[in-house]
Amino acid sequence: MTRSLKKNPFVANHLSEKMEKLNMREEKEIIVTWSRASTIIPTMIGHTIAIHNGKEHLPIYITDRMVGHKLGEFAPTFTFARHARNDNKSRR
Amino acid sequence: MAGLSMASSLLPLSSSLSIASRGSSFSCPGSLSFPTPSPGLKSQQRGALTIRCVRVGGVEIPNNKRVEFSLQYIHGIGRVRARQILCDLSLENKVTKDLSDEELISLRDEVSKYMIEGDLKRFNRLAIERLKEIRCYRGIRHETGLPCRGQRTKNNCRTLKGKKVSVAGKKKASR
Repeated sequence: MTRSLKKNPFVANHLSEKMEKLNMREEKEIIVTWSRASTIIPTMIGHTIAIHNGKEHLPIYITDRMVGHKLGEFAPTFTFARHARNDNKSRR
Repeated sequence: MAGLSMASSLLPLSSSLSIASRGSSFSCPGSLSFPTPSPGLKSQQRGALTIRCVRVGGVEIPNNKRVEFSLQYIHGIGRVRARQILCDLSLENKVTKDLSDEELISLRDEVSKYMIEGDLKRFNRLAIERLKEIRCYRGIRHETGLPCRGQRTKNNCRTLKGKKVSVAGKKKASR
């Protein structure tokens, strides 16, 4: 179910405060965040946000096309284990 | 003479109606109003004026089905929208070949209001390409050919993964 429009998109308080500060000073620096559930809002465009993937922080540069998505969508939490194709042959 | 004037009025429609006329089409005046040969004989009849299909929205829709169902052959029109179109036009749900010219024109106008066929396909493709470009989770899932709405992938999701591929050398779990 989608979030009520009345409430506006969810952005974690600590993140939005940091964004405001950076925008006030017109600085660009990497923001480290654990808040994967925060929505990307237009004020974030142009910043680089390091998003936690459970293990480390992946720096993601926010572009205008990412607006409306959640931060977590850009930092995958797992790597898909693939079958090594040629392993069996070399062993035999 | 009446037949000839009808024919001239029909001519501008020829591009959209896909008329295959061979030989003398003016032989029987009755056939000119809206000639609909019996569907079984269509392939055998060569001399007479035959209309293969009605074209709506750039696609041919089957002649011998009711409008509600033949409209669904257009990509982008399903059961609900087909019924909605009939409702909006307050059109009787008759067999497609029985539609008159005015009805067909109004039907085409109505259908062109919606996003169908090529436009719709392009719209969808661009939306998916956008997801791939920004490297978000859904885009990556599209690239790897796996479901992107959180379905399980341990079994099932055969639509996306395709036919089952047996893995060589995989042992069954021993008890």
